[in-house]
Amino acid sequence: MTALLETKNLEVFYGDFQAVFGVDFHVNEGETVAIIGANGAGKSSFLKALSGLVKSRPDGILLDGKPVGGRPAFDMVKSGIALVPEGRRLFPSMSVADNLLMGENGKSGDRGWNYETICDLFPILRERADQLAPTLSGGQQQMVAIGRALISNPRVLLCDEISLGLSPAAVKDVYAAISEIKKRGTTIVIVEQDLNAALSAADRIYCFLEGKVSLAGRADEFDRSQILAAYFGS
Amino acid sequence: MEHLNTIVQGILLGGLYALYAAGLSLIFGVMRLINLAHGDLIVLAAFVLLAMVTALGLPLPIALLILLPFAFALGWALQRYLLNRTLGDDILLPLLVTFGLQILIQNGLLVAFSADSRKLSLGAIETQSVNILGLSIGVVPLITFAVAVIVLGALSYIFYGTGLGRRLRATSDSTEVVQLMGVNPRVVFAIAMGISFVVLTIAAFFMGIRSNFDPSVGPARLLYAFEAVVIGGLGSLWGTLAGGVILGVAQAIGARINPEWQILAGHLVFLVFIIFRPRGLFPKQ
Repeated sequence: MTALLETKNLEVFYGDFQAVFGVDFHVNEGETVAIIGANGAGKSSFLKALSGLVKSRPDGILLDGKPVGGRPAFDMVKSGIALVPEGRRLFPSMSVADNLLMGENGKSGDRGWNYETICDLFPILRERADQLAPTLSGGQQQMVAIGRALISNPRVLLCDEISLGLSPAAVKDVYAAISEIKKRGTTIVIVEQDLNAALSAADRIYCFLEGKVSLAGRADEFDRSQILAAYFGS
Repeated sequence: MEHLNTIVQGILLGGLYALYAAGLSLIFGVMRLINLAHGDLIVLAAFVLLAMVTALGLPLPIALLILLPFAFALGWALQRYLLNRTLGDDILLPLLVTFGLQILIQNGLLVAFSADSRKLSLGAIETQSVNILGLSIGVVPLITFAVAVIVLGALSYIFYGTGLGRRLRATSDSTEVVQLMGVNPRVVFAIAMGISFVVLTIAAFFMGIRSNFDPSVGPARLLYAFEAVVIGGLGSLWGTLAGGVILGVAQAIGARINPEWQILAGHLVFLVFIIFRPRGLFPKQ
């Protein structure tokens, strides 16, 4: 079976600095995969490469077995790879509705996600549609960020540190939505420092350490000490 | 009544300055680029209109309508193939390139049209006036102001009422994040420059009717545009109209006191804003 999204020996550079070293990774259709690791492990750089924000080799990233690496981000999203960026990165001068509708520019098909179904998933956003995005709470802003990526009807939804800076209640709400999105068949890749949140959502995990994969497999096949050893490198 | 007349004439002159400034404001708002060639591009467009009228014998308004789509295409191409290459972390590079463009346009116009002063003619309407509440108001200044309001209204509609406007505003917020939304910021920049060229061509039409022009007057138009943008608030469209009106009224009052003070009065008001309200009346948040 061909993986939906795959990387082969993927390397990520920022000028002379190398952040990711030869990572082999795959996610199958309908699967949720979590990438865990400490700060500076290369997780976000890996997602940036997958989304096209950072350049990579053409054959380093494969979608349906076809090379898509090196394409700019505005092409990647139209191929079906959408990113929820770290820190949410909403458009501050725009309303909630305009932020969501901006996502439609990257539409890659019709998998049932539109403004109405996004608002059904996050009803609070319908109430706050005309408010400027920065006036929302952190959890609500994260809902906008997820909705904005989801409205492009991606084949793979990449989520970068979606629990960062949120209250425990907001993290619970956000992960409940991730679970619902998964149920509707969207393939999801989550980068997460919060081990509990990641393990609860994922079918499989990859642990990154110093830009390399230190552990990979089914989320339930490792005990906590193995994961912590791979996480901290001890 | 004379004082009121002075203020009304100043307000109407502000419409012309708002037209000078609208394109500059749009470009700064979307891509933080200060186009130093903006004034010379207005003069270039006026000369092209003059050439269309004299060489092809077209009526001036028809020449304007024909020129507008070409102006959009030229602005689009200039941004796509030249200015986009200069955008990045170094803000000096686009300034230098547009400064070079300014010199190219001025010298090109000198070669093609000489240093003689020219004017566009709209016929008898130029000298007509209407009487409103005892004030005699020129038809052309009135039309200029009305067109400025219509242009700014249209730009405002594009910005806040269309999908293109959403892309323009989002690109202004973050050129990186819009890419995650499937938008190529360089294409958005090119469209913005195309719109700016359409607006500056309309400004050229009214400048050419209302005053003489020669290849050297571009920098002064840039200065008026720049002052109107700063007074109104960087990147604010309706602020641009307010800035143009304040500048126009200041110049009209200055001229009323002493004709030699007309330009100086405008610059002094600009200076007051720079000192006490450097972000202008309606700054972009």
